[in-house]
Amino acid sequence: MKALYFAWVRERIGIAEEEIAPPPGVTTIAELMTWLHGKGEGYEAAFANKKAIRTALDRTHARHDAALGDAREIAFFPPMTGG
Amino acid sequence: MTQAVVRVEAAPFDVARESARLTEGRTDIGALVTFTGLCRDEDGALAALEIEHYPGMAEAEIGRVATEALARWPLQGLLIVHRFGRIAPGEPIVLVATASQHRHEAFAAASFLMDFLKTEAPFWKKQRLAGGADAGWVAAKDEDAATAGKWRA
Repeated sequence: MKALYFAWVRERIGIAEEEIAPPPGVTTIAELMTWLHGKGEGYEAAFANKKAIRTALDRTHARHDAALGDAREIAFFPPMTGG
Repeated sequence: MTQAVVRVEAAPFDVARESARLTEGRTDIGALVTFTGLCRDEDGALAALEIEHYPGMAEAEIGRVATEALARWPLQGLLIVHRFGRIAPGEPIVLVATASQHRHEAFAAASFLMDFLKTEAPFWKKQRLAGGADAGWVAAKDEDAATAGKWRA
């Protein structure tokens, strides 16, 4: 699946998007975040406080306990500050 | 059935011209409310805001909130424009324009839309200081989430 990173999540990881292939045991957003956290230094900094991160599956807001299902795109970002 | 017009774009917009589009050629509208969010300079410290957005989801989320507003209030026109990219102090960031027969619906819908745009539309503001220094990302305010939550209480 495609992972997108925005704002300080993007800055800490160092890239805006990438293709990821989590292992079969990773079935929820929370599990995916734990897996990403272990991918390296930048990821560790980005996912150090999971509660500070909002997530979207296929461009719809999703809670951390949501199943990944067959989503093609997942996004990680800080709470929004538009308007 | 009123259709919302939603635009997410980098270019500056003209508030007067945009809001006039809602009432052009209409004789049935009794109230037009416009809200414009502007970039402020924080007492001269801020050179610009850099607004990052999630292309595709930004339009979709604003559209979703607009559909909810149209279901809650009998609006005769609805326009939402949100910019991204570099925005200088004094420039507009966001415009919400609502038209209805009577003022209450237009005021309420505009207020509802702004409360949800702030908390659910995927935009993030970075502050750039005079001299070019990065002053970090604007933090989301808890009170903004609480204000939005009241509409669904």
